[in-house]
Amino acid sequence: MSSADLLKCLQAFKAVGFDQLTDLTAVDLLEYGGVSDRFEVVYCLLNVETGLRLIAKTYLNEPDLTIPSATPVWFGADWLEREVYDMYGIVFSGHPNFKRLLLPDEFQSFPLRKDYPVKGRGERHNFPVITRAES
Amino acid sequence: MPLELLESPDLDASKREGLWTLNFGPQHPATHTTLRLVLQLDGEMVMDAEPDIGFLHSGFEKLGEVLDFNQYVTIVDRMNYISPLANEIAWHHAVEKLLDIELTPRCKYIRTIFAELMRIHDHLLCVGTCVLDLGGATAFMYAFNERETIYEICERASGQRFHTSYTRVGGLLYDVTDDWVEMVKDFVQNFPKVYRDFSGLVMKNRIFVERTRDVGVLSREEAIAGGATGPVARASGVARDLRRDEPYLAYDDFDFDVCASQGGDCYARFQVRMMEMLESIKIIQQAIDKLPKGPIFPAGSGKEGMPDKREVYRSIEGLIHHFESIMPNRQMAAPKDSVYAATESPNGELGYYIVGNGTFRAYRARTRPPSVLHFALFSKLIRGCMLSDVVAVLGSINIIAAELDR
Repeated sequence: MSSADLLKCLQAFKAVGFDQLTDLTAVDLLEYGGVSDRFEVVYCLLNVETGLRLIAKTYLNEPDLTIPSATPVWFGADWLEREVYDMYGIVFSGHPNFKRLLLPDEFQSFPLRKDYPVKGRGERHNFPVITRAES
Repeated sequence: MPLELLESPDLDASKREGLWTLNFGPQHPATHTTLRLVLQLDGEMVMDAEPDIGFLHSGFEKLGEVLDFNQYVTIVDRMNYISPLANEIAWHHAVEKLLDIELTPRCKYIRTIFAELMRIHDHLLCVGTCVLDLGGATAFMYAFNERETIYEICERASGQRFHTSYTRVGGLLYDVTDDWVEMVKDFVQNFPKVYRDFSGLVMKNRIFVERTRDVGVLSREEAIAGGATGPVARASGVARDLRRDEPYLAYDDFDFDVCASQGGDCYARFQVRMMEMLESIKIIQQAIDKLPKGPIFPAGSGKEGMPDKREVYRSIEGLIHHFESIMPNRQMAAPKDSVYAATESPNGELGYYIVGNGTFRAYRARTRPPSVLHFALFSKLIRGCMLSDVVAVLGSINIIAAELDR
């Protein structure tokens, strides 16, 4: 699906009554098996009046990890999209304040990707060791 | 020349000049945990606020992909540590939906009682500490005294006061005893009297009312589009409660009301929380009177259920059963499917999006914490308020940083 189509699609969801974006998240499908796409972005929508829920998914592949931001449709997407970027490196174009949410700004990696190790020595590379002599 | 007042709190570059920046937190008694606010002030008026979070980020969701469905319960109860059991119930509710397990009536009732006890637990702390932040120490003591009783009820059932890790896939760690039932009955009987005192100290306190009324107003439209749920949304007129609208556990069996208000301000949010405590007592009363007898794991449950501890230690069959459900290479497998399941936690909709990949651990365990969406609304709520209102607004949306950052 192209970027413009995705935004149109989200707007159409809102037009038919899904007025709340309950959750926005992503899944890294690298080790899932049986799928060819790398990332799945999941929109959990809710119609507050009727209580109807809808889960919409879109798929992304490297190197182009850019999709349009849902903030013009539901402004609640703001922090959710920043968190997805923080954890997966998926870029939401058109977001008003796009930066990392939880991790420090100078952090380089995207820790919820499946190729990021659960343990190891690499994850603290952003925090230099300061010796007593330097302090 | 008379001083010119800024009428509307909109921020363009020309007006930004006279503003000064105040860092609120990360260590401040009123933030309760570690979160930081960068406030732009014009005198004492807050023109803009930017929340900065992540100080407590500890990679819980990554751990959720490593630990199995029963082990991860020890992590989820550390998310919203004000009401730990509510998180455990929400997590296993989602896991059971993925694995398609139907709970036994007794398990459902016990979980419902605990979910409601946790709601009282959470609301007592939320209202009590906010009053403390606004200068009233007495009501806080009343609230914490009652919380102590709930701790004791948790301890009697699970052996732990705080991080109980009490639920298991398809059931509970231990069954409850008769004296636990008596403890809950005593609590239900004594709570209304304490509530009267507490409510009188808080909701009719002129200082409290004046510091919270018409402060931090959230409109209905903003609440819906911003993703607000729970007491925050209900205080803005969104009469939605998952316990009534998407009944789970045993909520279908009970008679209770959904509390909502039209105010949208901090006072309305506290009012909703106070009313909800009485509804919770009503639910606990009905549940404890009708508590069914029977097993806590589904009959004939194989690997998806845990055997009774007495059986594990005293019989070979029990030990084999225990072995089959615990050992990583023997456990049951989750279907290759994804599921989103939400419960009404004290703070709002607490949902889990779980992707299963044929093992007994989640391929992806996403938490949808209510605090994140509420705190994202904070800068909207506080714009145009006074500096002293920051504490009231922060207290009224009940931000739990551990849940925010995970």
